[in-house]
Amino acid sequence: MTEQVATKKEEEVLAELDSFAELPDAPPKRKFRLSWVGWLSVGVVVFWLVICVIGPSIAPFHEMDMDGDDSFLPAGQGEYGYFYLGTDYLSRDTFSRILFGARNTIGISLAATLLAYLMGITLGILAAVKGGWIDMGISRVNDAILALPTIMLGLIVIAALGSSIPILIGTAAVIYATSVFRIARALGQDIMVQDYVEAAATRGEGIWWIIRAEVLPNAAMPLATDFGLRLVFVVLFISSLSFLGLGVQPPASDWGSMVRENLQGLTYGSYAAIWPALAIASFTIAINLIVDDISAKSGGSLAKKMV
Amino acid sequence: MMTRMVMQRIGIGFATLIVVSIIVFIATSILPGDVAQIVLGQSATPETLAALRAELGLDQPGYIRYFLWLGNMMTGDLGTSKAGGATIASLIGGRLGNTLMMAGWVAVISIPISIALGLWAAMHPGTWLDRIVTFGTLSLISVPEFFIATVAVLILAVELHWLPSTAYMTGEETFWELMKALAMPLITLVIVVSAQMIRMTRAGILNVMSSPYIEMAILKGVPRGRIILRHAFFNAIGPIINVIALNLAYLVSGVVIVETIFAYPGLAKLMIDGVQTRDLPLVQACAMIFCATYVVLILIADVGSILSNPRLRNPK
Repeated sequence: MTEQVATKKEEEVLAELDSFAELPDAPPKRKFRLSWVGWLSVGVVVFWLVICVIGPSIAPFHEMDMDGDDSFLPAGQGEYGYFYLGTDYLSRDTFSRILFGARNTIGISLAATLLAYLMGITLGILAAVKGGWIDMGISRVNDAILALPTIMLGLIVIAALGSSIPILIGTAAVIYATSVFRIARALGQDIMVQDYVEAAATRGEGIWWIIRAEVLPNAAMPLATDFGLRLVFVVLFISSLSFLGLGVQPPASDWGSMVRENLQGLTYGSYAAIWPALAIASFTIAINLIVDDISAKSGGSLAKKMV
Repeated sequence: MMTRMVMQRIGIGFATLIVVSIIVFIATSILPGDVAQIVLGQSATPETLAALRAELGLDQPGYIRYFLWLGNMMTGDLGTSKAGGATIASLIGGRLGNTLMMAGWVAVISIPISIALGLWAAMHPGTWLDRIVTFGTLSLISVPEFFIATVAVLILAVELHWLPSTAYMTGEETFWELMKALAMPLITLVIVVSAQMIRMTRAGILNVMSSPYIEMAILKGVPRGRIILRHAFFNAIGPIINVIALNLAYLVSGVVIVETIFAYPGLAKLMIDGVQTRDLPLVQACAMIFCATYVVLILIADVGSILSNPRLRNPK
């Protein structure tokens, strides 16, 4: 058992196993079939993605307007309109802030995950194709970053640079690019020794052609499955930082900071902190359920059926 | 062979610690906006800046400052806090004890619960109780720690009035008062850590269950409880030790959130305060303690899994 294996989370191990199941010499692919839980989860994820786009235009109030009659009111009619989820600690409409916040929370996380993929795949494929000292160098640095708790890395960077949206995206992207790198490198190495790559090389194709036409298409599907898991980790990371007051800065709305701001309201019986927390939970649980559903093995060994 | 592998792991762990110290140092010292600038803020003139930089040793090249810093840290001199002027060692002292006490209690409570539930779920795969455990733990690991903490406060403190919603401690509590103050953070952390451990224990046992000797045992008619306890469990001990050490390592991130939400006077709260006031020496010291703990726990997991593998323990 190597150090790398020991530092992996269960999800990562499963995702990696799945990744290899998708390789060209794997048995024919299962049909893409989801259970009703899976479809429900797809619905939830699509719902939030749509809210990211149209949320601000359908919200009854602006995220920063203090339109409520008082802070921490329950749902009800106010002077300026109806407050579906009540008001927050500054008499703002919780419902509107959740609609606006989707864009920050999910948008930042998506941007960071995409950037992490761009960096991870580029470096991973590069390391796999080039090998030698390039591979050694990148891998060692990668292992060192991977050996640290993500939240600590985030705290160190923010202590040094302060918090802003570009810094949040960049930090999360670099931290999570390390796991993408490892998967992309493993996949790349596996594909590079396949017969068809050797055939292409013998045919006289250049390295870029091989990467574009052979490696990337074959690595695309397994990497796509992993994307969901990575996005969940990034959402949790960003909202945890926001919750600590070190992520998205007020008065912008963000689900993590909304929980923090309204925490004191719990003692007055206000649920203003619960709704954004539920929003995060619904998004992350839904993605995990989809990934779980896709990677659930049909059938299984004799032992699993009988015991 | 085994000794060599263990030594190799310890070597890798040590090298990781060195790299960690370099990362922490570079991230906090060489990036723009140095300490002198932060301390002086708006009132900085070029002369006072230069004077303070010289006083703090910031005018020396980076690698020299790194070795000075590392040397000081090794000898226990963690520097002085930029905020209050107190020595960091004195700030950290009591806080570290509080955090370790909490981590200890979490381990004592969550390890037996997780192994029992994980084993139990693995014994009855596919039943509706197993599905509840699987679905429940998946949901728990998908949500942020502060979600669990918030719901715990809502139910136990606000609705039921059983427990206080902050973990305020004076240092002179009786054992029961201490337990009551600790209860909310403990419950939250136990839930967070157990969910992960239950899933990994279950997966570890089920993994062993698909090996040929288990199939053999099934075919010769051994009852399934006996298969799990006599055949599977002992072969899964290696992975389970690994799971425990890994999850205690994950406690690091849980502790950061939980200490903040319950205002628990621990090391993580101190570090967050340091980040907010951009007290870099304090952040450096805390980050090194957390990262070192993490690396050591991962190392224990590694060595544990080598030691529990008879093929590595008794080389031919």
